[in-house]
Amino acid sequence: MSTPILDLRSPPIDQVGVEERAAKFRTRSIKKDSKMQALRMALGLIDLTTLEGRDTAGKVRQMCYKAAHLHEELPGLPHVAAVCVYPAMVPVARKEVEGTGIYVASVATAFPSGQSDRQLKLQETRIAVDNGADEIDMVISRGAFLRGEYSFVHDEIAAVKDACQGRTLKVILETGELCTLDNVRLASDLAILAGADFIKTSTGKVSPAATMPVTLVMLQAIKDHFLATGKKVGMKPAGGISDAKTAIQYLVMLQETLGSDWLNRNLFRFGASSLANSLLLQIRKQTTGYYQSPDYFSIG
Amino acid sequence: MPTDSSWVYAPAPEDSSHVEIKKHYQLFIDGKFRDAADGRTFDTQNPANEAHLSEVAFSGEADVDTAVKAARRAYNEVWCPMRPADRGKYLYRIARILQERSREFAVTESLDGGKPIKESRDIDIPLAAAHFFYYAGWADKLDYAFPGRSPSSLGVAGQIIPWNFPLLMAAWKIAPALACGNTVVLKPAETTPLTAMKLAEVFQEAGLPAGVVNILPGDGSTGAALVQHPDIDKIAFTGSTEVGKRIQQAIAGTAKKATLELGGKAANIILDDAPLHQAVEGIINGIFFNQGHVCCAGSRLLVQEGVYDSVVTLLKDRMETLRVGDPLDKNTDIGAINSKAQQDIIQGYLELGEKEGAEIHQPNCTLPSKGYWCLPTLFLNATQSHRIVQEEIFGPVLAVQTFRTPDEAIEMANNTPYGLSAGVWTDKGSRIFNFTKRLRAGVVWANTYNQFDPSSPFGGFKESGFGREGGLHGLEPYLRLD
Repeated sequence: MSTPILDLRSPPIDQVGVEERAAKFRTRSIKKDSKMQALRMALGLIDLTTLEGRDTAGKVRQMCYKAAHLHEELPGLPHVAAVCVYPAMVPVARKEVEGTGIYVASVATAFPSGQSDRQLKLQETRIAVDNGADEIDMVISRGAFLRGEYSFVHDEIAAVKDACQGRTLKVILETGELCTLDNVRLASDLAILAGADFIKTSTGKVSPAATMPVTLVMLQAIKDHFLATGKKVGMKPAGGISDAKTAIQYLVMLQETLGSDWLNRNLFRFGASSLANSLLLQIRKQTTGYYQSPDYFSIG
Repeated sequence: MPTDSSWVYAPAPEDSSHVEIKKHYQLFIDGKFRDAADGRTFDTQNPANEAHLSEVAFSGEADVDTAVKAARRAYNEVWCPMRPADRGKYLYRIARILQERSREFAVTESLDGGKPIKESRDIDIPLAAAHFFYYAGWADKLDYAFPGRSPSSLGVAGQIIPWNFPLLMAAWKIAPALACGNTVVLKPAETTPLTAMKLAEVFQEAGLPAGVVNILPGDGSTGAALVQHPDIDKIAFTGSTEVGKRIQQAIAGTAKKATLELGGKAANIILDDAPLHQAVEGIINGIFFNQGHVCCAGSRLLVQEGVYDSVVTLLKDRMETLRVGDPLDKNTDIGAINSKAQQDIIQGYLELGEKEGAEIHQPNCTLPSKGYWCLPTLFLNATQSHRIVQEEIFGPVLAVQTFRTPDEAIEMANNTPYGLSAGVWTDKGSRIFNFTKRLRAGVVWANTYNQFDPSSPFGGFKESGFGREGGLHGLEPYLRLD
């Protein structure tokens, strides 16, 4: 396979500058109508996720119903963007969300570690697709990346992209294991070059998961790619975004870095399991003026 | 599924209802507020909407004389003989009161000067308090600051401050002067007297002995009277190079010591290995911070040719997201131009730049109909011989040039009568040290810009002035070292 990564020259990243810039987004004051709009928008951008060894069909069914019916008391709410499950749960999820417009996303490629043979990873991807997954969330081989085997990482992503057969591919960098922002930028560029439709921060199994500085570096990689080619790649911060305030800060960062074109589910997702209820609590507060007990919001 | 294609932030104005701005402010002399001897006043307005804010007493020569006498008496009888540790206590008290009243000061600063509330709230006021805290700590440790020498105070300091950082400049001037045992007569700028008058209230609240600090609002004539007063021991001035030269002429042949912090035309240099997104953010901060009303603003951008296109694309793109408007809105990035006079000066340079053949670029953005405003502006294809590259504009206007090699960048950066600050952006540590050594500027920032801290000295080379403010170095201009 050819190695277009020879052309790849990722710019250096200044960590202090990134952290400063990310902190400034947090000082934006989003109030009134713009807050309501952000809360509703964020709901529609969630990949509602359950990725546990103890997942069962019953658990997945519960989550899928919640995905389509976030809070019946508040009419006119959007549904989430997708449900995200392990490959074994794809058939269940597929059936549950039928007709709702919600996508089924499946993790694959030996999630979360990626420490497996490439053939197995590709086979797993094909099975997930065959079982009805609309989207594949793959993990990169961090071990190979940290050894400097960038061609290996690139080619693996490209192979998985092929195995997706046109389904949306989200590439998880697991930034918590890459450690430096220079690595985050290089891995982002590799993934984009290899054909990622989305780049995604984390599996949720490693701490730290998504942070604003890491996400900003990834957004800038997307930006540079867009400026160079006119092609729009999506972004999915995942893990650690559990409250409405943080979600709004991410949307501010998204809008002010990539522009409002990215404010839709084709180009942005939150990978989250508990964010929805925090958003719902705030929406209800904005609607009625009062906070309500969390007991009134069903768990997914 | 509906997708929201645009998301507009709702207005988020900082509450100003808790801020009392009096109809009339008086001079602060000898611990008391009083009208000018000749009863003159002037108006101060909000540059964002041209609304009248307050009427302020105007200090004439007679008031300068009264204030200097009060400062002299306070120096001889109270402040100089006082135990240094006790002087420190007053400074700590002032710092704490400033922190307590920080919201009020931030709103007042933005109302009177036009700067965005996020800057007055997050930078001006906290830094002003930090300066008082910092120099409070030095008050009883001067012997350790200058080991082997015996530091003593000078006497009465006459201090003249500009309108771009009104409270912060007052703090830069007053805190080290008091810590070193001097007394002060301070003249705030004509367009921004209000936070200085509120600072006078803080001094009263802190119980600072009468006459230790006197505050005389007025214009250039007040400043001239202060400079020429025979009983002043020290002049500290921050402002234009032109006025700085006049001050130096005026005090030639006298025993008055002086520090001058004057203009600048700083080069911000992006090398081809720079972290570009962070560099662009630093360029934006360097020139648009406080509407470019910053003596150390990075008003010249030098870009290595290999990354020129990328930098300009990113810069233009970033400028589209700058929010220009109501200074009191918490989401405003760029506020109002400080005064009509300054707006006219900037406008003149915008016209000049186009006439000189530079390519002007401004973002799509509507400005409020009332008040004084200027869109953030780039001049591309600027050359070293353009006046917009040589002269200080003191507005949100950035002249962009290219260079081929590091040596050329240094030569261009130093090719100016100014020498206050510079910035360099590169991923390579050795390059940073090469640049910092060879750039003729008082402050060189590497991979950042406009970082201020009370412990860090600030001041110029060449026509940007002399003397240092901040840090250990900032004590020296207020001391006699025997």
